Amino acid sequence: MRRTRRLAAVALGAVAAMALGACGGPSTGGSGGGTGGGGDTAKAEANAGIGGIANPSDAKGGTLRMANSSDWDSLDPADTYYAYAWNFARLYGRSLVGFKAAPGKEGAELVPDLAESLGTPNADATQWTYRLKPGIKFEDGSVITSRDVKYAIARSLDKDTFPNGPTYFNDYLDLQGYEGPYKNPNLDAFTAVETPDDRTLVFKLRTAFAGFDYLAGLINTIPVPQAADTGARYKEKVVSSGPYKFETNELGKRFTMVRNPNWDASTDPIRKALPDRIEVAVNANADDVDNRLFSGDLDVAIEGTGVQPAAQGRVLADQALKANSDNGLAGFTWFTVLDDSVAPLDNVHCRRAVLLAADRTGYQRAYGGATGGDLATNLMGTNIPGAQQFDLYPSSGGTGDVAKAKDELNQCGQPNGFTTSISFRAERPKEKAAAEALQQSLARAGIQLEIKPFPAGDYAKLYAGKPDYSVANKLGLKVYGWQADWPDGFGFLAQVVDRRVIKAGGGNTNLGIRIPELDARIDQALGETDKAKRDAIWTGIDRTVMENASVLPGVWAKGLLYRPPNLTNVFVTGAWGMYEYTALGTTRR
Amino acid sequence: MSIRDESRPFLDVRDLKVHFATDDGVVKAVDGLSFSLERGQRLGIVGESGSGKSVSSMAIMGLHRRAQITGEIWLGGEQLVGADPEQVRRLRGRRMAMIFQDPLSALHPFYTVGQQIVEAYRLHHDVSKKVARKHAVDLLGRVGIPQPSSRVDDHPHNFSGGMRQRAMIAMALANDPDLLIADEPTTALDVTVQAQILDLILDLQAEFDSAVLLITHDLGVVAEVADDVLVMYAGRAVEHGPTSELFAAPAHPYTWGLLGSVPRFDGGTGRLVPIPGNPPSLLNPPPGCPFHPRCRYRELTGGRAETERPQLRAIGPAHSVACHLDDAQRRRIVSEEVPTWL
Amino acid sequence: MLAYVARRIVAAVVLLGIVTVATFAVFFLVPRLAGATPQDLAARYVGRAAGEAQIQAAAERLGFTDPLYVQYGRFVKGLVAGAEYDTGASVEQCPAPCLGYSFITQNPVLPDLLDRLPVTLSLALGAAVLWLVSGVAIGVLSALRRGSAFDRAAMGVALAGVSLPIFFTGLLTLSIFSYGLGITAPGGSFTRLDENPLLWAYDLLLPWITLAFLYSAAYARLTRAGMLDTMGEDFIRTARAKGLPERTVVVRHGLRAALTPILTLFGLDLGLLLGGAILTESTFSLPGIGKYSVDAVVQNDLPKVLGVVLIGSMFIILANLVVDVLYAVVDPRVRAG
Repeated sequence: MRRTRRLAAVALGAVAAMALGACGGPSTGGSGGGTGGGGDTAKAEANAGIGGIANPSDAKGGTLRMANSSDWDSLDPADTYYAYAWNFARLYGRSLVGFKAAPGKEGAELVPDLAESLGTPNADATQWTYRLKPGIKFEDGSVITSRDVKYAIARSLDKDTFPNGPTYFNDYLDLQGYEGPYKNPNLDAFTAVETPDDRTLVFKLRTAFAGFDYLAGLINTIPVPQAADTGARYKEKVVSSGPYKFETNELGKRFTMVRNPNWDASTDPIRKALPDRIEVAVNANADDVDNRLFSGDLDVAIEGTGVQPAAQGRVLADQALKANSDNGLAGFTWFTVLDDSVAPLDNVHCRRAVLLAADRTGYQRAYGGATGGDLATNLMGTNIPGAQQFDLYPSSGGTGDVAKAKDELNQCGQPNGFTTSISFRAERPKEKAAAEALQQSLARAGIQLEIKPFPAGDYAKLYAGKPDYSVANKLGLKVYGWQADWPDGFGFLAQVVDRRVIKAGGGNTNLGIRIPELDARIDQALGETDKAKRDAIWTGIDRTVMENASVLPGVWAKGLLYRPPNLTNVFVTGAWGMYEYTALGTTRR
Repeated sequence: MSIRDESRPFLDVRDLKVHFATDDGVVKAVDGLSFSLERGQRLGIVGESGSGKSVSSMAIMGLHRRAQITGEIWLGGEQLVGADPEQVRRLRGRRMAMIFQDPLSALHPFYTVGQQIVEAYRLHHDVSKKVARKHAVDLLGRVGIPQPSSRVDDHPHNFSGGMRQRAMIAMALANDPDLLIADEPTTALDVTVQAQILDLILDLQAEFDSAVLLITHDLGVVAEVADDVLVMYAGRAVEHGPTSELFAAPAHPYTWGLLGSVPRFDGGTGRLVPIPGNPPSLLNPPPGCPFHPRCRYRELTGGRAETERPQLRAIGPAHSVACHLDDAQRRRIVSEEVPTWL
Repeated sequence: MLAYVARRIVAAVVLLGIVTVATFAVFFLVPRLAGATPQDLAARYVGRAAGEAQIQAAAERLGFTDPLYVQYGRFVKGLVAGAEYDTGASVEQCPAPCLGYSFITQNPVLPDLLDRLPVTLSLALGAAVLWLVSGVAIGVLSALRRGSAFDRAAMGVALAGVSLPIFFTGLLTLSIFSYGLGITAPGGSFTRLDENPLLWAYDLLLPWITLAFLYSAAYARLTRAGMLDTMGEDFIRTARAKGLPERTVVVRHGLRAALTPILTLFGLDLGLLLGGAILTESTFSLPGIGKYSVDAVVQNDLPKVLGVVLIGSMFIILANLVVDVLYAVVDPRVRAG
């Protein structure tokens, strides 16, 4: 009997603990934020990391703890296409040139990294020359030569081995049929990149490309020693040329990096390299990552897209948390494409009617209101240097101008409006909300939308990005979004508005914008070596797209980034729209 | 601290009341039962279901868990009502043991017969498993199970019904109990097997010289086994006497009814006359004699049956009955009416 | 007995064949019904701006251009005879049983799975012990004290346990015990048992408790119901009549008989869980089979999906076998039949 009673007491205790846990949650959880121990630096302030540096410091040491709620496509510089991966790769690799580590637009400027200066083009911008700084070394102490850079680019061409990485070098280098070192080990056959000496690289292009420095700044130019190359397995042990080298690497789980003793700060204008050690966890639970950031158990959420919706309200409501947050432009523009091959949207007046009738504040609400982004009026956001903001379809408060819309409908020959479909990616609740908001506001002008969700994985390949499917299913409106591969007009617009990139088989990123007059202007921009003139051409293209009413702009996305108090030297860079990872330090020792 | 009185009969039940509190009120399952039993004697308690006979036996064993029990139960001079449950538990299985109606459900399906006997034996005897097992084999042999040394490792479901009851008896006898309570020991068995089991109980009782309390609704069984019979109705004894006397001169209308309900196999002229009506509710027993709603002679009592509860009174040296009918009335009815349907 | 084992093995192989064929069919036929070409499928596994030539190359590399039965045959051949994989720099051998290579990470699937198995095993077995012990204990006590304050409280909590999703309870317990009080490990912590047993248990404590809470609730309810049934059985009265102490009556006679359905459920739950504790691993960021399978499905990574389906099915088949054997051990009536 006594024993039973004791057992009962133990079990009851366990149950009570569980019950306590269930009720005590919210209050305890709410106070978790203030802890974590910041430095004795100035008082934290919201948005201090936007346009300026929050918690500036040059103090070295400590361990930076980062977590990724998904996983890299690859740590191999030849095989990754995520913005955060490109940002992060700078910790273990140096490309020919790179983005300046500076807040805001300044961070979108290119500066030399391995190279002594930015590229030197020939007269028609079809040949570019770079010269390496002397004495820069790999982590094993061997000197990095032009052949190491050439080899890295050569291997990145092999898309059988590296299917994920960008294809700009495949597209723009004058390859003469060269397919990479795995299929053709004779590197001399790779004539598109010449190495007249150990420090010089000459790139030969198929066409003029005035913005080639952006390609030289791609992670593909991070040198790879041929002897260490293991193809698809190289990601397991990437040889560092940056300030940190891999200590351990459990793919899909976690890895750690320590200082690379052969990195020479005096040759590096970009990286501060403050922490002694970096720990990274991958495939972490996104909500848990936020909680750990707030508790001071974690320093950086690597994806850089901001806290999860669940935590957003908490940050905004809690002054202590809010003071440590930055709400800046993330680089994405969320917009809806009006497919000009789907009648009656083949008529510009019908398209303009859509743009005029739309309530853009509803679009913004769908993406989380002012915290989620600014009301967009055209395609390129102001985070892109040289881009301009303009509004061709103004209305009071952005809520739409139904009278004008009806006027355009008359001119289109559809005075009573028309019916079409709006597609979105089913897994994305924000896109669903945007589609529903548009359905409501367009109905005011008599434009009826049928809502059609599609699986995100096949959205571009099978549905919205497949021209014949779009026409057959009357997908006139397509909710979408885009982020530039790099912050300039080409990086943003080329893949989205150039009608020549539309493939009949699907898989398109241009979801149905066909403006013949843009062809020549895009080509002109490619050859224009004067950056100011080039930017002006791209801005003009943006304006033409809007005049043509091919795109209904939604929001310029903003992320709500949280920086724990112990994180130093924090700022959002215009290059990636997230914290600059090469600059970060920690006071936690 | 236990109360002892060595002068009492071996089993002495005095004014036993077993009440159950339910949401609807108090159920008086046993309401003032008295009897006694000496070693070597066999008492049969008969009655319909719900008459309180099983409840009484469970009370003696101390197996009620949510009952209010008052009165006295003396076993070997020890008062069990109000005693420390732990003390009563130690008596169970050792001084008093019980055989149940359905041996298939009463034996644990997951343990071998041997394991169950060994468990009972070792609980009260500090012996090794080996010794206990040998004892179990002996017992199984004694109760007439062939090849006991191999059957000891069989599970109850491997036994036939009769064999199962033999095993059950072996288990009950494992500790040489002084009191053996058999609650409908043959009800679930084939008619042919019934007799064998009764014989076995009789043989073993003679051998162990224990007291036997036989609970049954079957007067035929009682006639065969018991020295004395106690007839229960609505939680009380309505008639109590030596078996021969009770069968020769049954005194209570309910007993008459019971005798009339016994199927006869001797080819006699009698036909089955069930007692009309149902046993009374124990929650709200009828006023007066609890049997009166079913009693065809209640008019003869001049209204006393409906108002006054009859007390047990002696009508012979060892024979007593609780009935308002006077001796003359009873004699007339027994001589004129009862035999016609007996 | 031998025939029985052989029959079970044949049934298992057939079942594994069916689930892999079904997985194949879902993967290929559903997009095909939507009009997808092999190139459309391959386009899932290239970077965001890949050209048509690159997509065509990917379709050929991944084998999508072959007929379905050829692709399935290749999968089976890899299982039986092994396979080769070109990493660019060299050609790797993937010995049998080769589950193929991830479409996305290009890593062989089997080593990945084996690498993640200890996490899932540690999580599932630890939690299983906890929930079985606590669930059964609470269930027994609730049954014995039916209607008492303990019973009502326990069953109330059990109801909460059954209905609260783990991604809620998990995050809640993490923020209270790990980040608030700092007494348990933060999310994503895992140490191998053979590295440091103490740290292993410390890291897994919260996931164990959270997972066990969910399951023990069901077990408590099941045990309670079973015990209420069993304790009314005749053989319990017999046990008491023998003079057995109540504890022995409850445990050796009552619980033993009530255990059969609990064991059945336990075997199936454990088998399912060993195939991946999806929600728990995701919530606590544990690199186990469950998290692996979520990523595989989200990324349309067929070889990974097949690997997870295979290993999951095998665990379920194994668990069923163990349950059957346990059944015979627990209930001798089954043995006879």
